[in-house]
Amino acid sequence: MSGDASPKSRKRRAIHPSIVRLTHWINAAAMIVMVMSGWQIYNAAPIFDFKFPAWMTLGGWLAGAIAWHFAAMWVLAINLLVYLAYGLFSGHFRRDLLPITPAGVWRDVKAALAFRLPHALGHYNAVQRLLYAGVIALMVLAIASGLAIWKPVQFQTLVWLMGGFDIARVVHFFAMAGIVGFFVVHILLVMIVPKTLAPMIVGGTAPDAEATP
Amino acid sequence: MSILRPERPTLDDLKPELADMERRLFLRGSLSLGALTMLTGCNLVSGNSVDKALMAMSRWNDKAQAWLFDPNKLAQTYTRADITTPFPFNAFYREAKAPVVDGATYRLEVSGLVADRKAWTIGELRALPQESQITRHICVEGWSAVGEWSGVRFSTFLDRIGADTRARYVGFKCADGYYSSIDMATARHPQTILALDFGDDPLPRKYGYPMKLRVPTKLGFKNPKHIGALFVTNDNPGGYWEDQGYNWFSGS
Repeated sequence: MSGDASPKSRKRRAIHPSIVRLTHWINAAAMIVMVMSGWQIYNAAPIFDFKFPAWMTLGGWLAGAIAWHFAAMWVLAINLLVYLAYGLFSGHFRRDLLPITPAGVWRDVKAALAFRLPHALGHYNAVQRLLYAGVIALMVLAIASGLAIWKPVQFQTLVWLMGGFDIARVVHFFAMAGIVGFFVVHILLVMIVPKTLAPMIVGGTAPDAEATP
Repeated sequence: MSILRPERPTLDDLKPELADMERRLFLRGSLSLGALTMLTGCNLVSGNSVDKALMAMSRWNDKAQAWLFDPNKLAQTYTRADITTPFPFNAFYREAKAPVVDGATYRLEVSGLVADRKAWTIGELRALPQESQITRHICVEGWSAVGEWSGVRFSTFLDRIGADTRARYVGFKCADGYYSSIDMATARHPQTILALDFGDDPLPRKYGYPMKLRVPTKLGFKNPKHIGALFVTNDNPGGYWEDQGYNWFSGS
């Protein structure tokens, strides 16, 4: 972002620390594989009255899709654990994701819908906080329900928590739907505020205390 | 070479000309449009590297699942009110093509790492202690159905034939050409049975007459029907679906 190499500017923190950027892109790739192979698996025994078009799926047939799904799940889960550990212990969650208050969300949703919500690089507004915390929760739910479907005997407590094997499949489906919904909104917002994309790739430097209008 | 276990030559012996065709079919599968979008930059011309990486992960998943498997953890059991009727028929052929086995001349052949290779009649199997279970059959496709099976606890049978329980696998060959195999820990699980009855009646033809393996700790395709022979071995015997790329362990 900046060619300024003065000691002062080097001390500025990156908009997105390298570990957040790395886990973000690994997660994006793993999640795309999980969702597309998951759609192929869904098509083998649809829960609802529709199937996903073949061109949207990964794996070609059920065995291939399962091979993709159960390979990418390790990447997804380990990457998420690294991110969660970093977020908890570095203060990233406390500093950047919290607090999420109904009043703050309401205020920022109204401002966003009026296209009057300022976007400060390196600072999440309440809508962003809600979306990011929400998608993290959905990923945890997707993994928990996925484990229940994958290992209904070994993880039968999880199956019980989900309300049974068949409901666990529905929970898994809606966790996916929520994640895909987040993905769509996320991409749209990046398209509306494209200056947010580069910092997630190269890091960037957060502006000093003064907020960008 | 096989797509599932390239380092094992046994599958080559089984179906040398099919192996290559299967691999090409599997590849065509994994290289769908979706895969192309995903793998820009990877070597897509051969595609073999993708296939090999996926199969290597599948073998890793076999190990992870064997490690997760608790030999004392029981699958949930249900009541008769929970039984799915009609219980779905499922095979790699239509119901009308299910094999016709003559119970009077039927013999279960036993071979491999066992002390007693005597073949078993249905009557002899029924003379062993019988037990019942109402459990959920979960298909790899995602659907599931609850059924009631009765028969001989498989660990009892393995003890009777003097099986080497330190061996790693038990393989099954079926009257319909199907074949599969399971790990010894699962074979000795208390809910793994050689099922002779479905509900109150002898196993009907569509559900695997005269005998099927019922393993509630594995996916449905690891529950072979119409079993005509079983053997204890240290060489992974693979399976009909497993050799086409489905995960071998496939435990629940």
